Amino acid sequence: MSARLHPTDSPTKARIRTPLSRARGLGSAKEGTGHFWWQRVTAAANLILVIYLTWQVVRLAGAPHDVVKAALKSLLVSVPLLLLILSGAYHMRLGMQSIIEDYVHGEICKLVLLMLNTFFAILVGLTCVLAVLKISFGA
Amino acid sequence: MAQAKPAPHPAQRPLSPHIQIYRPLVNMVMSILHRITGGALYFGTLLLAWWLVAAATSPDYFNWVNGLLVTPLGRLVMIGYTWALMQHMLGGIRHFIWDTGRGFNLDTVDKLSWGTMVGSLLLTGGIWFAVLKGGF
Repeated sequence: MSARLHPTDSPTKARIRTPLSRARGLGSAKEGTGHFWWQRVTAAANLILVIYLTWQVVRLAGAPHDVVKAALKSLLVSVPLLLLILSGAYHMRLGMQSIIEDYVHGEICKLVLLMLNTFFAILVGLTCVLAVLKISFGA
Repeated sequence: MAQAKPAPHPAQRPLSPHIQIYRPLVNMVMSILHRITGGALYFGTLLLAWWLVAAATSPDYFNWVNGLLVTPLGRLVMIGYTWALMQHMLGGIRHFIWDTGRGFNLDTVDKLSWGTMVGSLLLTGGIWFAVLKGGF
């Protein structure tokens, strides 16, 4: 790269972005196709986990408390359930982000809702995780 | 060249017609349902969190929550939750197929859309048949 300072280009010719920035191709948001990709990765994980856990829940439907607790203590249930909580929370945060960005156009309102969306996903996710772990560790 | 000035009342400019002017096409309805069920599942996670917290709290509280779930309203919510999950899951599979660049013929699009709807209803029916029959 030359150390020479360049004159200001017209907007149509501006080459403000560095070659490295153009090679990375991530654009101004710095994450490129990350939103699309993680929506798909978590969707694939959710698909497998939901099928398995739906079967487990149907088996437990109407079961008394001690049976449900014993099932949640089993690693065959708790591990997939914890994975679904994490993958699901991330997936739903991405999905709601798209909905907010599509329908909410006021800049302040949009930013506030995007933050609340993140808080909600973390709050629900963490609550579920702690409830499962509490049972796993013997509550 | 004259510089465009911002309109004094931007809210009064005419808006493009939106979905209200189109006949409801099956793939359009599935697209809308995918988003609606996604939003419903988003808030439905509160139910899952509540149920898990109840299981982690005490047998009495767990029984009380389970008692709410078997009331007619509770059943309606749970069946709706099941259908939303199945509809969104099958809609996701449909999107996975489209992500590979396949299935964009118009008749294939319609078949996939009808398959999503019929499949979600069948799966919901099957799951609730198993639940009410006492598990399997």
